[in-house]
Amino acid sequence: MGAQLRIYRRRIRSVKATKKITRAMELISASRIVKAQQRVAASTPYANELTRAVSAVATFSNTDHPLTTESTNPKRAAVLIITADRGMAGAYSSSAIKEADGLVITLKERGLEVNTYLVGRKAVNYFKFRNRPIKNSWTGFSDNPTYAHAKTIADELIPAFIADAATDINGVDELHIVYTEFKSMIAQIAMNKRMLPLEVVEAEGPAPAGLLPMYEFEPNAAEVLNALLPRYIESRVYNALLQSAASEHAARRRAMKSATDNADELIKSLTRLANAARQAEITQEISEIVGGADALASASAGSE
Amino acid sequence: MSDKTLTVEFVTPERRVFSGKAISLSARTLEGDLGILVDHAPLLGVLVDGKVSIEGVDGSVQEFEVSGGFISVANNRISVLGESATQ
Repeated sequence: MGAQLRIYRRRIRSVKATKKITRAMELISASRIVKAQQRVAASTPYANELTRAVSAVATFSNTDHPLTTESTNPKRAAVLIITADRGMAGAYSSSAIKEADGLVITLKERGLEVNTYLVGRKAVNYFKFRNRPIKNSWTGFSDNPTYAHAKTIADELIPAFIADAATDINGVDELHIVYTEFKSMIAQIAMNKRMLPLEVVEAEGPAPAGLLPMYEFEPNAAEVLNALLPRYIESRVYNALLQSAASEHAARRRAMKSATDNADELIKSLTRLANAARQAEITQEISEIVGGADALASASAGSE
Repeated sequence: MSDKTLTVEFVTPERRVFSGKAISLSARTLEGDLGILVDHAPLLGVLVDGKVSIEGVDGSVQEFEVSGGFISVANNRISVLGESATQ
């Protein structure tokens, strides 16, 4: 076998091995999207009930809560960026980071300092490589977040918001979150939302018929609100984590699908090249044999 | 007893724990144990760690250990929001 042909065959083998890996990753991601979507669905009833409760308290009490109070003179904002732990997901992490960069620019234009909080190893690496300051980061659960993870994040962010930004270096007046919303299997959109100060929005779904009833609060409206609002934020963070996880799997599935398709293309064209090389080799061998025979024939004819 | 029943939704962030009709429900709030029957006044309370027990329409009682959360009652509809719950 000629050298040319051997090289082609080696490349085909290596592309085939890569294709097997990308195909496997595609299938794994495809099955995980379904699971991630189910978890988003499983968390919806809780989020809806919580929203109902928060709007009920907000409607029937005029208690001012630090989490809903807008600062008159905001000084610093926190940005929570949710990305993936692993790559191989196309532009998933980089589009979230790009969205965050845009947000940071608008915040800075408003004269705010920005504290960054990161989720996912990809964002951490990006920030470390560029020597940008990170306030805090959480890694290792981007593809399978649990409520406990959301709680840890919220437990760090809520005190930062409650602290006074003017005196405390960790204190912030606003909290923004950048995550990737899972619109459908083919559309995931990186977006930013302001989480704090809270604007209570009614979740989608059937609106409660008529007016909300006059609730009695136990122990009292302020206490209930105190306990409800942090849960509300946790549940919003949890929802953002789950949506991002589903988007990550969808992005990875798509990236791996196109990698598999590309490998197929590559194998096809390499096979053609290898065939041509083999054919050229055979042709060359034949012409060498024919040429050799001719030479021998004419040599012996001349000696006679 | 009237033929009215309570509609109970017991949810945690990760799943729906219980959903269905019930005759009564009892839970522990910050102010103490609380029992709810049909036509209870609208109420929103903060739960403390403890048991939530639900008496179904067939008389069977289901108990859950809940840690933290809320209960809201209105128009014979109860929603219990626990941070975590085990049966």
